[in-house]
Amino acid sequence: MKRHLISAADLSRADAVLILDTAEELASLADRPIKKLPTLRGRTVVNLFYEDSTRTRISFEAAAKRLSADVINFSAKGSSVAKGESLKDTALTLEAMGADAVVIRHGASGAAHRLAGWVRGSVLNAGDGTHEHPTQALLDAFTIRRRLKGVGTPGTSGTSGARGAGLDGIRVTIVGDVLHSRVARSNVLLLSTLGAEVTLAAPPTLLPLAVGSWPCAVSYDLDGELPKSDVVMMLRVQQERMTAAYFPSVREYSRRYGLDASRMARLPEHAIVMHPGPMNRGVEIAAEVADSVRSTIVEQVANGVTTRMAVLYLLLGGTEFPATELPAVAR
Amino acid sequence: MTAAGPGPGEENRARWLIRGVTIPGAGGPGSRVTDILLGGGSIAAIGSGLDQAGARVLDADGLIALPGLVDLHTHLREPGREDAETVETGTAAAALGGYAAVHAMANTDPVADTAGVVEQVWRLGRTAGHCDVQPVGAVTVGLAGARLAELGTMADSAARVRVFSDDGRCVSDPLLMRRALEYVKAFDGVIAQHAQDPRLTEGAQLNEGEMSARLGLAGWPAVAEEAIIARDCLLAAHVGSALHVCHVSTAGSAEIIRWAKSKGWRVTAEVTPHHLLLTDEFAAGYDPVFKVNPPLRTEADVAELRRALADGTIDCVATDHAPHPVEAKETEWAEAAFGMTGLETALRAVHRAMVDTGLLDWHGVADRMSVRPARIGRLTGHGAPLAVGGPANLTLYDPAAPAEAVTSAGASKSRNTPFAGMELPGRVVATFLRGVPTVLDGKLA
Repeated sequence: MKRHLISAADLSRADAVLILDTAEELASLADRPIKKLPTLRGRTVVNLFYEDSTRTRISFEAAAKRLSADVINFSAKGSSVAKGESLKDTALTLEAMGADAVVIRHGASGAAHRLAGWVRGSVLNAGDGTHEHPTQALLDAFTIRRRLKGVGTPGTSGTSGARGAGLDGIRVTIVGDVLHSRVARSNVLLLSTLGAEVTLAAPPTLLPLAVGSWPCAVSYDLDGELPKSDVVMMLRVQQERMTAAYFPSVREYSRRYGLDASRMARLPEHAIVMHPGPMNRGVEIAAEVADSVRSTIVEQVANGVTTRMAVLYLLLGGTEFPATELPAVAR
Repeated sequence: MTAAGPGPGEENRARWLIRGVTIPGAGGPGSRVTDILLGGGSIAAIGSGLDQAGARVLDADGLIALPGLVDLHTHLREPGREDAETVETGTAAAALGGYAAVHAMANTDPVADTAGVVEQVWRLGRTAGHCDVQPVGAVTVGLAGARLAELGTMADSAARVRVFSDDGRCVSDPLLMRRALEYVKAFDGVIAQHAQDPRLTEGAQLNEGEMSARLGLAGWPAVAEEAIIARDCLLAAHVGSALHVCHVSTAGSAEIIRWAKSKGWRVTAEVTPHHLLLTDEFAAGYDPVFKVNPPLRTEADVAELRRALADGTIDCVATDHAPHPVEAKETEWAEAAFGMTGLETALRAVHRAMVDTGLLDWHGVADRMSVRPARIGRLTGHGAPLAVGGPANLTLYDPAAPAEAVTSAGASKSRNTPFAGMELPGRVVATFLRGVPTVLDGKLA
């Protein structure tokens, strides 16, 4: 694996599967009374958040702490950033403090990439503008694999053998504002790397003009895609899109691309519904869908911690997860 | 390249004999190796075995002589942003790049929208002395796009302004653009338009295409440039005036300009060295040194821009030299300033893009980088083909100098060259302004 995780494109299939398998190992921790591993003891992880994102920051913080890392939270508000310090100067400050990893959330596309040029530690992109959010894609892939391919090791009773597997043949439909979505970009790249067949369903105004160069199919017709979908991933419609002529009205958007109960009924029996959060209930997703048994939304949050633990572990701890270490602690 | 003769301090009166230089002729075979004698600010003689009595001799074996280059599009930043560039440093960079004259764009602070400011810039150029500085006047007051600046007063000023531009901003109001085109007919002016529809480019960061989609940078559609160019061509035709299109960056723009020219309309255009050499692929690392307005486009656009420059659809190369301090570029892409420096690398970049590819010979380069830009800028005393009695503005260039990596350190105050580390061929050896060397042996004279 590379030293940084900036784009889902940085991950080969083998890398991605290794992360998912590692997360699977770590998931078993979550059920134990002591959830902590000593793996990253003495290492420092900085959460550098230029955008408000309580859920992502907490998820990374929990992940780092469960691996015993020291965590420093640095948010743009109340820090020197508010006084106009440049990203580079902030990076040099963190560097001087000896950060082993910097988790960055930033409103500008490419901010994580730039940061990686200025610090020696690992950079984890926790969302940069409208570019990417690779750990979200990893936790989504992890959630899909668990739900549709099962948990655990081949041969273990009660599982279908997800470990080592990709997402081959799984049909994922991503719905909504692809143009401005870092979640969609990372998912298209990662899910296709893992063998899934991805389709983007959106009004043409919310798709990049050059979407034809992406490793996915495109449709303007959500209803036509639903019966063929194993996974439907709903994207959040940002407030600012609602007044910028991307679609005539929220009501029309909801009517054509929102997932309500009647649309959900068109899905195959086994299909799941995902959302990266935070949701606009009643806009892209109806409350009864969000709260249904198909919904993985709460699971995604839990899986976020394990997946991020896996990423931090692999970037900071070593190239492979030693199967012996976990039992030694957990036993 | 040995210079011998009277010592420094007498250069102004000294005559120069440039020995064994190649003057590129039309079609290559027309080239000839000859001596050029400069005296009294003019070319005194051309021929072999010229009398060198009292003249300093410059051995120009292997060098080519071009009429001193003329840049139609330079940001000298003074007044207002002397941290990025001054007239002194910018014109020094120009001379080192082989330029004898530059057009200083109006987007300074204060804006060059009055006779006072254009005369100030003009005088600063005279004082610096590295090359002639021809100020460009703003089209609208404060570049605000609301009402016309005093175009006639600037035309009548000591700065003799003929080119007017709101460069950096587009004169997007069609009525205002019509009036501007119409008004400058009275003094043979030209409106140089920065073609960018403001609504279509709100928040735009990078050419809209595969790269912008992948990088998550807001797309800058080609149509935002092309729609304005098409409209302006029609307006120029309607009022019978002269339009110059700044920094053409798309294949579609070239096609529209070709069409307008085929109608006989008075439309001219420029292309920058960076749009002839670089594509939006360079943005892959989010290094804002590649952030420029208009944005870098695709391989197909680059190929078409080169063809259009070769066939004369695009009249000339203009640098759009846009210096910025380090902190304006050492930042996130979206935060960074638009623009690249270009004066010191333009000729080498054109060498690579046009000559090495066989699209232009050196005679063609002289036409596109000196003759035509001087004509478009209504600059007297520049851009004349090298001939006896003509102005002694010359650029001596070594086309055989081995390709060397460009360094960002130069005479410009700013370091934002997109070519840093890139190998470009050739070397500017000397520049003469009215018979006086401004650059000798690649260094400021």
